[in-house]
Amino acid sequence: MQNAKSKRLRKRFSFGWFMFYTFLTALVAFTSLPLVYMISTAFKPLDELFIYPPRFLVRRPTLQNFIDLLTAVSSSTIPFTRYIFNSLFVTVVVVGGTVIISSLGAFVVAKYKLPGVNWIFGIVIAALMFSTHVTQIPSYMVINKLGLLNTYWALIIPKLAVPYNFFLMKQFCEQMPNELLESARIDGANDWVLFWKIAMPTLTPAWSTLIVFSFISNWNDAFSPLIYITSQAKKTLPLALQTIAGGPGVVARSGAVAAATFITTIPTIVIFIWMQARVLETMAYSGIKA
Amino acid sequence: MGGKGATHNMLQTILVTFKGQGLKCILQRRKQTITKGWKKYGMGYLFLSPFVILLMIFTVIPVIIAIYLSFNYYNMLQPPRWLGLTNYRILFMDDDIFLIAIKNTLFFALIAGPVGYIMSFIMAWVLNRIKLTRVRNIFALGFYAPSITSGIAMSVVWLYFFSGDRYGLINHLLIRMGFITEPILWNMDSDTIMPVVIIISIWMSMGTGFLVFLAGLQNIPKELYDAGAVDGIKNHFQELWYITLPMMKPQLLFGAVDSIVKSFGVFDIAVSVAGMPSPNYAAHTIVAHLYDYAFIRFEMGYAAAVAVVLFMLTFLLGRVVMRVFSSKDMY
Repeated sequence: MQNAKSKRLRKRFSFGWFMFYTFLTALVAFTSLPLVYMISTAFKPLDELFIYPPRFLVRRPTLQNFIDLLTAVSSSTIPFTRYIFNSLFVTVVVVGGTVIISSLGAFVVAKYKLPGVNWIFGIVIAALMFSTHVTQIPSYMVINKLGLLNTYWALIIPKLAVPYNFFLMKQFCEQMPNELLESARIDGANDWVLFWKIAMPTLTPAWSTLIVFSFISNWNDAFSPLIYITSQAKKTLPLALQTIAGGPGVVARSGAVAAATFITTIPTIVIFIWMQARVLETMAYSGIKA
Repeated sequence: MGGKGATHNMLQTILVTFKGQGLKCILQRRKQTITKGWKKYGMGYLFLSPFVILLMIFTVIPVIIAIYLSFNYYNMLQPPRWLGLTNYRILFMDDDIFLIAIKNTLFFALIAGPVGYIMSFIMAWVLNRIKLTRVRNIFALGFYAPSITSGIAMSVVWLYFFSGDRYGLINHLLIRMGFITEPILWNMDSDTIMPVVIIISIWMSMGTGFLVFLAGLQNIPKELYDAGAVDGIKNHFQELWYITLPMMKPQLLFGAVDSIVKSFGVFDIAVSVAGMPSPNYAAHTIVAHLYDYAFIRFEMGYAAAVAVVLFMLTFLLGRVVMRVFSSKDMY
């Protein structure tokens, strides 16, 4: 009877599902338009670049833009690979650091009954709600006083304790069943083992998502290097992009800019696909019957 | 005499030994409580400390400085001059544009906030039903694409639709279908600016909330759905209301707070669509007002006051939402 019922359900839903899938595909096609535009523009020859209204697909794809990019950047004193290295170094350190630090703190706030922990969480939430435009100038003052201007540290350290990340991890930590932790504790695990061997694997969707957010936000951040870094050698990729582009209104190197934008976006897409695969794998709960 | 002395001595010896023993006992017990307390709490505080210390230095202290500045006149060239509550008085009594900004922001937040939030959830829920991981991944990438790509690609796409001349897609279709004869200047007509900003913002908001919901949906144990089917849950919507939503309260709270903060802090989208200042201040949001005073007129004190008011607003709404989505009774 189960088989017949499911067969009927499948039949009844098949037209509905078809319409549904079509609608979904249309919606996804619509939302991914900027991505499509960006990828196709990188391969457009110069005459297609400036067509108005802009076309979404490229008629005669070419690699000329990438060659232009190489020639454009080879003329400056700092090799382009240096900017890529800077961006990579800063982003990887920040992402790794913030995931660990936020998870450690969030784990404690969610699962331990320490005195004063709720106050700390309240402060974190409040920090989330204060507009960042206004804290920029005082932040600059603080970093200046600490003597961190024009170092990699100015790009890394302020980004490690992000209230948003803490909040995210804490919400996911709350969902962890207490029995899991209790049974591990009875088995003699100390807090460190509890965190690394039990909590973090259970929270894989959470910190995978966190890695995606953190990576994208830090990789594309042009503002921090702009105000904290003055030496050319330490600047990061988004700033280098602005230098190549020549500023608003300059069209001289649009092809190179398109190619550079494409190159800049590839790592974010790779990280997204990689981490999403981790999130979307179905998690088998190891034998805790609530 | 010897007897008395002897008993006295004996008593003394007994007292001394006993007292000594007692003291040792007490000291040992004290040390045990401290060690136990440290064992119980110490690791917890240790784990918490890196985040809290860094937060204090790089976020809390700047916020406190900003709040202090809101009571001063500060133009970044001269040292701050104490004004007391003057900034706040001017803000609430004399500043008409601020009132327009509040109206705009509330209108935007009350529409774009909930709509974007619900749509993110629906999309995550819908995507969750797709069983093929490859297809799910591609769709997730497609939905998240606006958050990945830079502003330039975005504005090209939107200009394509909302361009003010005959070539903008919407104008083109409307003229073709005969609804209008002249193209509508979407981003310059003060009546249409807000709706355009709302639409674009809803479209772009399918970012973080969506991913968090997707991750949260993975966390729900499958046994609950089976148990629900046994208990008589008939269709998908009942399943959603009785199982999925209650289990996702933590993620829903996160998405709600994030949505509130983002929609009250809207600025970049409004500026890139309508320019700064927008025609007739139609897209002038609270943060735009703040930006105006901070970076155009260089009155940081006043801008800080605006920020504090915005913070109060956001915080209030955040508390309400936390009460609604509290999952204290669940675990």
